Amino acid sequence: MSASDDKLQEGATDSAINAVSRNHEKNEQADNAGGIVILFFIIGLAASMIVGWIVFPKLLYSQKDQPISFSHAIHNLEVEDGCESCHFFREDGTFSGVPKLEQCIDCHEEVQGESADEAYFVEEYVNKGREVPWLIYSRQPDCVFFSHAAHVKKGEMECNTCHGPIEDSDNLKPYQENRLTGVSRDIWGYNIGGFKKNIWDRMKMDDCAECHKKSLGVKDACFVCHK
Amino acid sequence: MKNNHNNGKAKKFGMVIDLDKCTGCGSCMVACMSENNVPFKADETDKRLSITWMLVYKLNNGKSHPDYDECYLPRPCMQCEGDHGHSPCVSVCPAVATDYSHETGIVSQIYTRCFGCRYCMAACPYHARYFNWWDPAWPADMEKYLSPNVSPRMRGIVEKCGFCFHRYQLAMDKAYYEGRDELEEGEYQTSCTQACPAGAIVFGDLNNPKHAVHKIALPDSKHGGRPKNPNAFRLLERLGTNPKVYYLSSRKWVRDSGDNYRPDEK
Repeated sequence: MSASDDKLQEGATDSAINAVSRNHEKNEQADNAGGIVILFFIIGLAASMIVGWIVFPKLLYSQKDQPISFSHAIHNLEVEDGCESCHFFREDGTFSGVPKLEQCIDCHEEVQGESADEAYFVEEYVNKGREVPWLIYSRQPDCVFFSHAAHVKKGEMECNTCHGPIEDSDNLKPYQENRLTGVSRDIWGYNIGGFKKNIWDRMKMDDCAECHKKSLGVKDACFVCHK
Repeated sequence: MKNNHNNGKAKKFGMVIDLDKCTGCGSCMVACMSENNVPFKADETDKRLSITWMLVYKLNNGKSHPDYDECYLPRPCMQCEGDHGHSPCVSVCPAVATDYSHETGIVSQIYTRCFGCRYCMAACPYHARYFNWWDPAWPADMEKYLSPNVSPRMRGIVEKCGFCFHRYQLAMDKAYYEGRDELEEGEYQTSCTQACPAGAIVFGDLNNPKHAVHKIALPDSKHGGRPKNPNAFRLLERLGTNPKVYYLSSRKWVRDSGDNYRPDEK
């Protein structure tokens, strides 16, 4: 072996050592990169969860307050016939729904109590003869036919089976409206995951169908509830 | 709900139209359009595009004066029962947007379910179905005159006569309110029936022997409701669609024009 050969061999060994150490460095880098990928994945997942579960519903639903505050609890103590005192059936079997000013005036022609809200109501609406522009939580889309007579009279159901314990509420919650469809959020439900605990949490077609199937034992024809 | 609302006897709502009484005035068409929020176009002269759930056809016997005779034939949806609810349109609908109700015998059309494939239009032998090529546009403020009981249709879906089903719903509301399950004959009538000045249209339950439609048409339940009244006929009887709209005429040529008979037949 000549001196030059020795040199060559030495060089080769050196480069081999270099290569090994470089490989080692690369592996370390790869480990770090993996950690970063997982970190960013978690950040991204968390961000999209926040957007999907909190930001998007806020964007999707506009929020409005009712024109005046109203306590079902107080009124329920004063009236004689419970819900039907104000939410009554007309003689042709249709349901009156949210009362008109005409019904309110029966008692509120003048201020009855101490409350400032009531004084405002009498002054702004009763005295001026203006209808209160109530926002209706349970208004279904246009394609839906709902018969209160069939459920309350024929089916002998209680109001709060579908509307919840509204008679005990002291104030009206803010009305949320779907900006795309214009339908109240009470129809789709407040749980963005679509879970429901109570019957009155949601008023979607599936919820109607679920109860119809349970109580009637048949899948109803579409025309029963659609128009 | 404690009670089953299907416990009443199944109805079969149907119509008898007396062609000898029909003057072709078109009141039924107008009443139908306004009752059911049927949209119209700025130019209604193109009849291929107009939507007419109820359409009055003009027939003639093909002879010249003095033997010439003509007849007007109002055509709503026939609400075919077919073979046990196997109506031509129902059997082709891929979306179950149209369905046969065994409770009322009415073929429903659910606008929010229809996606506009128009198979049903191809299947319907009576041309009773119409497609919305455009969104309905009513002149200013006319929207306020629309009936809240009928949902207006959007572009891209099919619509048809449903025997004013919303009137049935409202009549049932009243019946439930009064603690009844059954309707009186006069409580549920279609708008065309009530609008006809000649009283040519009679509407009621074909299953109820007390109703006028049953007494006039005498439907033969063993043969898919074929009329036993010799003056009564149904359109395209031989297709087996078993329509629930019966026509009356004392004239043989009118009765014969209800189906595609060969010249040498009969």
